[in-house]
Amino acid sequence: MNHHSIVLAASAATTTRELAFWILAIIAVVAGLGMVLARRAVHCAVLLAVVMLSLAVLYAMQGAPFLAFVQVIVYTGAVLMLFLFVLMIVGISAADSIVETIRGQRLAAGVFGIGLLILLSLVVGHAAIGPASAAKASFGSSNVTGIATLLFTTYVFPFEITSALLITAALGAMVLAHRERTTPKPTQRSLSRQRIASGRPTPLPGPGTYARHNAVDMPALLPDGSPSELSVSEVISGGGQMGSPGTTALSRGASDQEDA
Amino acid sequence: MVSPAHFVALSVILFVIGGVGVLVRRNALVVFMCVELMLNAANLAFVAFARMHGALDGQVIAFFVMVVAAAEVVVGLAILTSIFRARRSASVDDASLMKY
Repeated sequence: MNHHSIVLAASAATTTRELAFWILAIIAVVAGLGMVLARRAVHCAVLLAVVMLSLAVLYAMQGAPFLAFVQVIVYTGAVLMLFLFVLMIVGISAADSIVETIRGQRLAAGVFGIGLLILLSLVVGHAAIGPASAAKASFGSSNVTGIATLLFTTYVFPFEITSALLITAALGAMVLAHRERTTPKPTQRSLSRQRIASGRPTPLPGPGTYARHNAVDMPALLPDGSPSELSVSEVISGGGQMGSPGTTALSRGASDQEDA
Repeated sequence: MVSPAHFVALSVILFVIGGVGVLVRRNALVVFMCVELMLNAANLAFVAFARMHGALDGQVIAFFVMVVAAAEVVVGLAILTSIFRARRSASVDDASLMKY
């Protein structure tokens, strides 16, 4: 092994790192811009996932493999899934209105953004940000051990406070999301009484029967060809908590069948 | 050679994008996502500076930021669902009961 080939290999590794940085940086910035510009909240969530995953790879490149995995597991896995979960409650098709409620707010926000960018660029440009320090084991193989040592010695008090914070947050979420029952819980007896009294003791028709496809949001067709509203669960058709009444599956299904 | 300055510059750009998003968007969920983007940008700067100084303290702080962000999201989304339950809207304009 001569000196020349080692230098070549080192420079190839540097080029790869550089290429990886630029690709990931461009992906992150484009996805971040898309997140601000996308009108639908679901698209924003997916684009945020892209930003977070590329940041995880950037952490790994910067000698933080532990943080890279925490980023993927906690941020992309837990936090973003929580976002999507709430998005399902709020309505998956929820789109932002483009009406400006405060006049000139968008312009002011743009000016503020450009100002902040200039300010931060000046600060970062003036700061003496040196090159990366020499490679150490604590930024590679013994990264987890190094972080654990710091966490349980220097930062043991903040670490303990973190546990109090997490318990408080969990309790707060439970209290905030709790809903008091205002009516007594229906019993089997009252449910069967209600069912007989409703005039339809038989089960409701299943969705999709005789229709063009058998998805759960596709209403069944009655013998005379008209769609049956009873066959689609009201949670899906928009009568329940989810969805907006404008785009119910029932109206879509009906127009689908008219086309056929 | 990619220096820590590159990473700090990227973090500045992402932070500004997140800040503008918080100001521009009306959906409370998206505002939250933009806040998360800002926190992530701050984390990236922490990690880059940790690499520059050759000390792990920056990474530990970034870890704490992640923990606090997770707790913040839990409580924030719980507030959001209870507001949505009461007013059937996730827009930040509709929760204006305390407006003078």
